[in-house]
Amino acid sequence: MLHRIRDSVLGVLVASTFATMAAAAPSQLSIMAPAAPGGGYDQTARSIQSVLQESKTVPNVQVTNVPGAGGAVGLAQFANNAKGDATQLIVGGYVMVGALIANKSPVTLDNVTPLARLTGESDAIVVPVNSPLKTMEDLVKALKADPGKVSWAGGSAGGVDHIAVGLIAKKVGVDPTKINYVPYSGGGEALAAILGGQVTAGISGVSEFEGQVAAGKLRLLAITGGKRLPNVNAPTLKESGVDVEVENWRMVAAAPGITAAQKADLLSTIETMVKSEGWKKILTSKNWADSYLAGDAFATYLKNQTADTTQVLKDIGVLK
Amino acid sequence: METFQFLAQGLSVALQLDNLLFGLVGVTLGTAVGVLPGIGPALTVALLLPITFKLDPAGSLIMFAGIYYGSMYGGSTTSILLNAPGESASVVTALEGNKMARVGRGGPALATAAIGSFVAGTIATIGLALLAPWVVEFALAMGPGEYFALMVLAFATVSAAFGDSTLRGLTALFLGLTLGLVGIDLQSGQARLSFGMPDLFDGIEVTTVAVALFAVGETLFIACGGDRTQETITPVKGSLWMSREDWKRSWKPWLRGTIIGFPIGAMPAGGAEIGTFLSYATEKQLAKNPEEFGHGAIEGVAGPEAANNASAAGTLVPLLTLGLPTSATAAIMLAGFQQYGLQPGPLLFVNRPELVWGLIASLFIANIMLLVLNLPLIGLWVRVLAIPRPWLYGGILTFATLGTLGANPSLVELGMLLLFGLMGYGLRRFGYPIAPVVVGLILGPLAEQQLRRALSISQGDPMILFGSPMAVIMLSIALIATFGPLLWRLFKPEGAPSSLAGNED
Repeated sequence: MLHRIRDSVLGVLVASTFATMAAAAPSQLSIMAPAAPGGGYDQTARSIQSVLQESKTVPNVQVTNVPGAGGAVGLAQFANNAKGDATQLIVGGYVMVGALIANKSPVTLDNVTPLARLTGESDAIVVPVNSPLKTMEDLVKALKADPGKVSWAGGSAGGVDHIAVGLIAKKVGVDPTKINYVPYSGGGEALAAILGGQVTAGISGVSEFEGQVAAGKLRLLAITGGKRLPNVNAPTLKESGVDVEVENWRMVAAAPGITAAQKADLLSTIETMVKSEGWKKILTSKNWADSYLAGDAFATYLKNQTADTTQVLKDIGVLK
Repeated sequence: METFQFLAQGLSVALQLDNLLFGLVGVTLGTAVGVLPGIGPALTVALLLPITFKLDPAGSLIMFAGIYYGSMYGGSTTSILLNAPGESASVVTALEGNKMARVGRGGPALATAAIGSFVAGTIATIGLALLAPWVVEFALAMGPGEYFALMVLAFATVSAAFGDSTLRGLTALFLGLTLGLVGIDLQSGQARLSFGMPDLFDGIEVTTVAVALFAVGETLFIACGGDRTQETITPVKGSLWMSREDWKRSWKPWLRGTIIGFPIGAMPAGGAEIGTFLSYATEKQLAKNPEEFGHGAIEGVAGPEAANNASAAGTLVPLLTLGLPTSATAAIMLAGFQQYGLQPGPLLFVNRPELVWGLIASLFIANIMLLVLNLPLIGLWVRVLAIPRPWLYGGILTFATLGTLGANPSLVELGMLLLFGLMGYGLRRFGYPIAPVVVGLILGPLAEQQLRRALSISQGDPMILFGSPMAVIMLSIALIATFGPLLWRLFKPEGAPSSLAGNED
């Protein structure tokens, strides 16, 4: 009894994070980034690696890259090879959810053990600074008047940007199949088209447009996230009268077939990481919002996201 | 002038001992990854990013730029000596460069590539320092209509790489176009020709095809004794160095290659390859002895090599002035800027001038380092050709496989390497040219995207394709390039130059 009291006091003293970590963290982890080096999944995986290693939470963390099909190739490989291995993790996110549905992938997130949502990146809707459209309301008005005339530059077809435009159209009562969405292979190319005045509006991650907005070349009409961002002077879509909330979130999942105890250990390791100073520093430097959501709450969220996304992809005509 | 004052300031940053060291590490690494087929600068920089996190921004950005420039130098080496381009931007170099190497002129070919890269890199870096704001304006004015015109122009000039049979050349080109269709269609999100294999959803990697068709195909061809003539490769004949004649024939292509490569590199959807295609076609058109093309014309090495280095500098124009990454390497360098909390764009020049100008100044220094590094190596490189053939080709096969697997460790990728290697063998065996396959694979998807994008924006009105003077000019040049020679032949039947371009392999 005394033993236990002393332990719990110690636990409180040493801060709960340290106690859970010391009990549970594995000595090594291997994280798969289902994308080429440099992209969002890769950066997420390598951020997890550096925080876990530097804080000595997990001494040995390795990152492997398996690119292909928006993450579907890596996920399939992970689901097959990592079965029951609690030292392997995979990074994923909203893009992967969309890609798995759109490509009718036989392997889905049901085939792995999702742990937690970690970060979220809001999209920004911009127009060139000399555009007659001054606010989100103006853009919605133009969209209602003639959806074909409003061309949107953004990322790949069926990706987060495309989904956001589809949702906006649907919410304001415009047929989502009528939107004139022009996909570009990367944020950079889309940015060039917007700056060059080739399209009416642009939609992509906030960080893609930040420099141009600050330099006064682009006007930021709204962000798609649920909350305003600290360094960004723009309303959310909801504040602009469009009841849509979209965030490009990223998550981490464990292998299929691990035990409940192993899952609990991994969850506590992730929680230790998310609460560390090192992780907060990385979030700030990369402009990622902390959207930590773990365990069962995350599983429910994932289920809803999958159902919603399937519907949107049908609405915008990507999923036939 | 303000610019020169900034540049002098930049030089003082770049000449600091540790920054010089970072530059040297960068160019050496870059040359190495350029030489190894399959591994490109984008992958190298991406893998180094987490390591450089703790270094100071100036040093690591200087190193990244060094890798980028270095890989453009190194890519030509295997193209010329082994007919195995390490990068898609040096595919064209193999056409003439390898022919030169086979007759003992590998030395001059490597030298004109190295000096051409130096000349182009230096001029283009001056262009970056002085003209960046104007070049960017020009690049931004390029809409999908103008890009489509540029692609049409590039297609019209592809025939320069066809060899002696237009039919065979077109067959090879269409093979490439078909391969370009594989994968998820960017405009509609639907998968095409991928037969339900997720590995094919992202399309077929150009580097894999280039390495397979050239390096693996060549190896199989030699191993199968297809080369029954027992052609002897002369490692060195005559001077290792460029003759007076070589200099005379090289300097204009260097300059023209720079002029072509720099703006195309700066275009958000340009890319290094298109510049090399256009430069090769231009040199063939302008050459005094066009019949030498296909048999080792030095102009065909000098021009494209200058073009690919100039385009590397061109890529930095939109990256530094707008924060626009226009190539895979630039995209990863952007991530590098961001990890230091720097946002490239109009404000970077104002907020952190010492960094930007330090970077630009270090590009000059990197160029000089590369020249110093590469010229003495030529003597060593050409000795590679003295290695007995079975060993040499065994080595090529090993490096090609390692490089491809290093870039993407997947069995499917390895399978594709072998499959396309067999295809490369078949093409050689039956006398089809190789380069048009790669050209089709690169240009096809680009042209399709731009055309469909343009028509989407105009809501189906085809006039958008002729909507600007720039587009009309490029389309006109394409028209002349396609039908000009035909008309020429019609009106001068007896003096028609017979196409002497040889069997290219």
